[in-house]
Amino acid sequence: MISVMEVYQLLPKTNCKRCGLPTCMAFAVALISREKTIEDCTPLLEEAKYEKKLAGLRELLAPILSADATETGMVIHPEKCYGCGNCVVACPVNVASDPKGTAIGRGPVSGKAILMVEDGVVKCVNVDECRRFGPEKVLCNACIATCPSKAIEFI
Amino acid sequence: MAFCTGCSLLCDDIVVDLDGGKIGKTMNLCRKGHAHYSSISSGRLTPSVDGSEVGVEDAMMAAAEVLAGADNPLLFGWGGSTLEAQRAGVDLAKKLGGAIDDPSSYSQGLITEKIIAGDLPTCTLDDVRNFADVSIYWGDDPSSSHPRHMSRFSYFPRGEKRQRGYEEDREAIVIDVRKSPTAQIAADGFFKITPGGDGAFIEALVASLAGKIPKVEDKKRMLNLGTKLRKAKFGAIFTGQGLAHSLRGDLSGFVSLVGKLSEITRFSVIPTLGDYNTRGFNQTLFDETGHVNSVTFKDGVRHGQEFSIARLLDSCDAVMVVGSDPAAALPAAIAKKLAKAVTVAIGSHRNMTTDFAKVSVPMAVAGIEAGGSCLRTDGVRVEFDGLVGSDHLSDVDIIKRIMEAV
Ligand code: SF4
Ligand code: SF4
Ligand code: SF4
Ligand code: SF4
Repeated sequence: MISVMEVYQLLPKTNCKRCGLPTCMAFAVALISREKTIEDCTPLLEEAKYEKKLAGLRELLAPILSADATETGMVIHPEKCYGCGNCVVACPVNVASDPKGTAIGRGPVSGKAILMVEDGVVKCVNVDECRRFGPEKVLCNACIATCPSKAIEFI
Repeated sequence: MAFCTGCSLLCDDIVVDLDGGKIGKTMNLCRKGHAHYSSISSGRLTPSVDGSEVGVEDAMMAAAEVLAGADNPLLFGWGGSTLEAQRAGVDLAKKLGGAIDDPSSYSQGLITEKIIAGDLPTCTLDDVRNFADVSIYWGDDPSSSHPRHMSRFSYFPRGEKRQRGYEEDREAIVIDVRKSPTAQIAADGFFKITPGGDGAFIEALVASLAGKIPKVEDKKRMLNLGTKLRKAKFGAIFTGQGLAHSLRGDLSGFVSLVGKLSEITRFSVIPTLGDYNTRGFNQTLFDETGHVNSVTFKDGVRHGQEFSIARLLDSCDAVMVVGSDPAAALPAAIAKKLAKAVTVAIGSHRNMTTDFAKVSVPMAVAGIEAGGSCLRTDGVRVEFDGLVGSDHLSDVDIIKRIMEAV
């Protein structure tokens, strides 16, 4: 989990509003939720004295910006995953849409499962079905709570 | 659907893309199973005698010669062999008048024997999925050793009487000396014990079940556990090496605990066994001799600790290891003796034991390169075909060929 404070510490903290937001703190929140990008803070980009902060920020946010991060902010760390399938079987979307497969502990059979294990590692497909996604999102954490190795996180 | 022989859960829902007879993308294999499938293309054993590569036929003949010339041969391994090869192995031991043993003699053999003999109640993993509301993992960390245990059977899946999901419908209890990955999932259900403390835990639990004050620090928690188990509709206890080692061959306390539980409600014991067909070997030998391991056929049938690998290494004059790596698993002092004694190794891959052997014979990987049958860790029989072609002989063909030649 990346905290707002961590991001804030790496911003100019001048509240200059050039990003279109009233404060650097608000911008930090927007960065994490990916409503804004680092490029929106022009002072950080243009002024040489922020060079170190900029580099730090890019490093901190790399997981959010990487292609691995799905649109729900789910990040899978394949090197940590055992492929145990706990998340696959516990995911409420999988249970509802794949009653003869993942719901009863087997591999998916309905084509509607959103988590599955491929080549020994978990994979997320149809991410727009995830309960954390979209306007009616809820704070589901079944896939995180059941993981023995912290291989899934939401950022 | 393909099978996975990566561990004794023998997952049967594996999807494998075969492009041009080669293993491509796989679905549903856990990481361990995926590594097992991937291993077929590397680290394979080659036929050799005294360090020089020979044809496989010559290697088998050399193996037969060694065994035929021995007064006290020991045939060891078998958990990574098909039922057919195990059957042939028992016949070979008989023909040679030799001893036969498997890693269960330093692991869960006694527990498995009690289950097979009917002295401990058991059920299938499918029953667990359908009915169990309490799963106890005792000295057992399937999250690490049998990655799909909890998701396929024992905690997460929906089942006939378990429709509401693990949070409402099931309880996981872990009794272990360390906070293992399985214990992490069990969260509040984790009971940490000191190494060797299983016996004391059993006593405390028995007291708590009887409504007496248990002699432990956290009395309330132990009493709560007792109440929870009393209320269980269908309980399952999964045993691991940790429990077996700690009880040091004295299962009486454990058996009486399970007996007490069974008087109150339904409780079953299923061992979490290592190799894919450990259960098969234990059953095969039991059917023949009434014992699950450590048997000699010299002068009739005899069984006992003295015929286990740990004790026999001093007196046997040839050891044939089949589909196993005892050199890596045994305590160093015993492994050292083994290094001197191993003469023949039959296996799919190179390992410490095969590196010590005078004669090595490569075999196909069952479930991927060869078919056969085996018993899942709960005793359910599973049959499978090979998926890809292979130049390697199957384990049963090798044992039979050696038997013909001795
Ligand atoms: S543009 Fe940058 S410095 Fe200015 S308020 Fe936004 S985040 Fe702060
Ligand atoms: S957050 Fe919930 S719905 Fe989304 S993938 Fe995880 S378990 Fe499934
Ligand atoms: S992400 Fe975690 S729970 Fe899901 S398969 Fe990987 S290790 Fe298991
Ligand atoms: S749990 Fe065992 S049998 Fe199932 S896929 Fe993993 S290694 Fe193979």
